[in-house]
Amino acid sequence: MNLKLHWLLLSTLLIASGCSSLGVKPWEREILAREDMLMDADALDLAFDEHIYFSKEASSGGQGFSGGGCGCN
Amino acid sequence: MQLSNKKIAGMLSAATCSLLGTSAQAEDDNWDVDTAVLYYDESDGRVSAFEPVISATRDLGDDESLTFKLVLDSLTGSSASGAVPSTQVQVFTRPSGDGSYRVEPNETPLDPSFKDTRLSFSMNWEKPVDRNNRRNLGFNFSHEYDFTSVSANAMWQHDTNQRNTTWSYGLNIEVDDIDPVGGPPEALTSMADQNKASGTEDRTIVDLLFGVTQVIDRSSLFQVNLSLSEADGYMTDPYKLVSVVDNTTGQPIDHLFEGRPDSRSRQSIYGKYKKMFANKNIFTASYRYMTDDWGIDSDTFDFNYRFALSNGYYIQPRFRWYQQTEADFYNYFLLPGETPSDASADYRLGEMEATTIGFKFGKDIDEQQAWSLRLELYEQTGEGSPSEAFGQLAQQDLYPDVEATIVQFNYSFRF
Repeated sequence: MNLKLHWLLLSTLLIASGCSSLGVKPWEREILAREDMLMDADALDLAFDEHIYFSKEASSGGQGFSGGGCGCN
Repeated sequence: MQLSNKKIAGMLSAATCSLLGTSAQAEDDNWDVDTAVLYYDESDGRVSAFEPVISATRDLGDDESLTFKLVLDSLTGSSASGAVPSTQVQVFTRPSGDGSYRVEPNETPLDPSFKDTRLSFSMNWEKPVDRNNRRNLGFNFSHEYDFTSVSANAMWQHDTNQRNTTWSYGLNIEVDDIDPVGGPPEALTSMADQNKASGTEDRTIVDLLFGVTQVIDRSSLFQVNLSLSEADGYMTDPYKLVSVVDNTTGQPIDHLFEGRPDSRSRQSIYGKYKKMFANKNIFTASYRYMTDDWGIDSDTFDFNYRFALSNGYYIQPRFRWYQQTEADFYNYFLLPGETPSDASADYRLGEMEATTIGFKFGKDIDEQQAWSLRLELYEQTGEGSPSEAFGQLAQQDLYPDVEATIVQFNYSFRF
């Protein structure tokens, strides 16, 4: 595993450990429950992007499983 | 102010429902349908794609749902073959082995036989296991005339910290069957010899994903995913070529079928942050770092900002920036006598940068319907005059820019 990936992982763990006290009470979720605040909001846009960039660039994935590969790369 | 009976009835119904904590409409809505059409068009007569998609989610109650998705992808146009341009006319054999095509002097060799229709079907079943655990099972099938892909995935999500932290664990297994037109070519042999095997090739890809999503406060959250991917099997593009050029003049004297390693290991880390402001505007930022054992490292930054306008309208500008290093076996061309074990001149494995700029404009009509229009411009640039270019190659653009327009229309409804 290369150095940059190590540093990114380490900083992520540090941030995550500092975030364990973060969060809201169940009755404070009005905004977070909105559809446009979902991490996978605009799912079709994300799928189209994944397909376009998979066929034009050498990287893909990251957010989830793209599924249904194509012969374009 | 006078209210009609209908309005009063509607208000009473809404008031009753809000007291009961349910929505009258949502109670009746069992299907959530998203449809979209994508038009992708590269300049200079290169690839054009038309892609309609429909995705329907059936609400089975108690947070259980089943999603079906169908995509049709129709491609036409020309794709860069990897061969270098020349000051002379070049003639290439078609991938089928029947007939040939001509490339004019100083033109980038494009393979004009690029035409394909892909059909993809996927299913997803999401089901809560208990209060803090959910599981997700998915299946995908995709077919085009020279390529078939089948994959299955499973994802487990576990909530902790009063559901402010969600841990995700996922596995995806994909099997691809590649059936190139004219048969799979023998890697790094001359196109002129048409040395091709019969039958098909295959590859297997296993992806693992570990993720954490954390709520920061009432209006913001972030997500970090670590992905590991192992691919084994036929990774070569059977239609791509690498030119062998004369030592002195730089004129192509032969074109070889490319050859890539038969495995690839990738790791990526992906982070995403989302925040809604008091005026209902939403900021989203993401970053991905990917590295693999082919020598490719890449960074991807993606930002968008959704301005909430009146009457449910919104406008969402977007900026994406991407860069990658080249694969260890990427070569603009080969010299006579060079015998690498792998070589490819596929521009997608070269060093490059790409930017996407655009916007999305849409309207959430009501609880049941929404539409949006997305317009984006994509531009990819690489080094067209590398230091190793000599002779006639020094006058050529060895990495022409790719420019594409992306237009997409979405319409969603519930019933």
